Amino acid sequence: MAITQLSVFLENKPGQLARAIKIISNGGVNIRALSLADTRDFGILRLIVSDIAEAKELLQGLSIVTETPVIAVRMDDQAGALNDVLQALNKANVNVEYVYAFTGNDALSAYVVFRVDDVAHAETVLREGGVATLTDEEIKKLL
Amino acid sequence: MKQYFQQEIETASREEILEIQNKKLVKQVRHVYDNVPYYKKLMDEKGVKPEDIQSVEDIRKLPFLSKADLREAYPYGLLGTDIKNCVRIHSTSGTTGKRVVAFYTQHDIDLWYECCARAIVAAGGNEDDVVQVCYGYGLFTGGAGLDGGSHKVGCLTLPMSSGSTDRQIQFMMDLNATILCCTPSYAAYIGETLAEKGYKPEDNKLKAGIFGAEPWTEEMRQSIQKSLGIKAYDIYGLTETSGPGVAFECCEQSGMHINEDHFYAEIIDPETGEVLPEGSKGELVFTALDKEAFPLLRYRTRDICVLSRKECSCGRTHVKMTKPMGRSDDMLIIRGVNVFPSQIETVLLNEGYTPNYQILVDRMNNTDTLDINVELAPEQFSDKVADIQRREKSLEVAMRGMLGIGPKVHLVAPKSIVRSEGKAVRVIDKRKLHD
Repeated sequence: MAITQLSVFLENKPGQLARAIKIISNGGVNIRALSLADTRDFGILRLIVSDIAEAKELLQGLSIVTETPVIAVRMDDQAGALNDVLQALNKANVNVEYVYAFTGNDALSAYVVFRVDDVAHAETVLREGGVATLTDEEIKKLL
Repeated sequence: MKQYFQQEIETASREEILEIQNKKLVKQVRHVYDNVPYYKKLMDEKGVKPEDIQSVEDIRKLPFLSKADLREAYPYGLLGTDIKNCVRIHSTSGTTGKRVVAFYTQHDIDLWYECCARAIVAAGGNEDDVVQVCYGYGLFTGGAGLDGGSHKVGCLTLPMSSGSTDRQIQFMMDLNATILCCTPSYAAYIGETLAEKGYKPEDNKLKAGIFGAEPWTEEMRQSIQKSLGIKAYDIYGLTETSGPGVAFECCEQSGMHINEDHFYAEIIDPETGEVLPEGSKGELVFTALDKEAFPLLRYRTRDICVLSRKECSCGRTHVKMTKPMGRSDDMLIIRGVNVFPSQIETVLLNEGYTPNYQILVDRMNNTDTLDINVELAPEQFSDKVADIQRREKSLEVAMRGMLGIGPKVHLVAPKSIVRSEGKAVRVIDKRKLHD
């Protein structure tokens, strides 16, 4: 199961990220993970949040917000864990667009978010390799 | 079916038209010199006497009038007759400053309505037609002009004025309107609303639309024609010269015939004021040849266009003007190339963007720079950086093709371009700050 990432278009101007984060925090939404891609002109803020619908509505007042299906994987927080997953994806020719990671309350686990073009294919590959992908509900429980 | 409203004059030979123009101009210059002290002073300053004007060839000796003159002379300074002979005023919206008030005698009203009648007949109108006029009635010339023209042709006229789209649609359907007159953007809106209500283009009885009072593109014409199932015709005019009907499109839909028996048109270089040869792109200048109350001579419209005397298949012989390609006061000279915001707008519409943009011109190391901010629509957004950069690149390529110089395009968030009083500030020329 894919999880839902919010993708937000931000202009590359001072204060834009701060405004986006303030809007979410004022709404009482918790941010589980985030990543910011930036270019000279613009940035794309990618967020995993506690309340997707609420955060989306709040951010729409600021800029463009879309929902992007991404894959989240729990792995043991130890050397080699990410490598195993990436090797499996690579072998199956899954193109990974971008990746970011976060940790949960449980000190033994790490979580990695993968943005791939073909979510269904990537999930099949991971399932066959014995790797479970998280759902939106499971992400919520982590918060 | 009638093809022309006034066949004899609309299809007159070049020589006949010139003869009429020469005769009317000589008389009009004398009339203005004797009755409009404001213009007499301009002529005296230039050392021109009415007797120096013997034909339209001599018109270049006369001084220009501009919007600034109209403001300075407000309200009565350019009146060409006693106020007791006037029967009507119309006025511009005043969005760019003080209002302009134009006066009309009954004679002026009659010839203006005749010009509009020519436009309606050129769009296929005759006495069997039902003309729905949803231009605003009142100070604006749009409603009165098309209403008067419709009466002259003998059509049933629906004087709807603007707004209340539900009511417009109800009258359109119940009274079988066949010709729609409004702004092109409102026509597009009516088309969308009809579709939302479940009507198909063939459900209405409309056959033609006469759309003007704002700039519109060929793409917009195609989309309106499709959504309403009609032929869409352009009409041109300005309050200063009477109102709509100064020029209008015929069945060819390739430029607007100027009513040359009433308006003498010139194309000038907006920088130098020099008259340009036929076929050149430049600023359109009008002389009202037989208006009594508001007889403007050599009025600079600020509209940039091209005139053509190529033979027209409709049989009309009057010169054709292209759609205005921009405004001379909007024209930017960037690295020696003339750039009009309207060209940028055309590219954006062609490429599927909303026309919400801002042009930033600056000078770096003695070279002009051109940056264009374009608002991104939600459906064009992607969470991948490369997708958005690809969009910017392809817009830059399209812009270079249209403008002849390469801009940098920056996609920005929707509604992020500052709007003052609802209108976006389109051009920021920082070069002026440095010079």
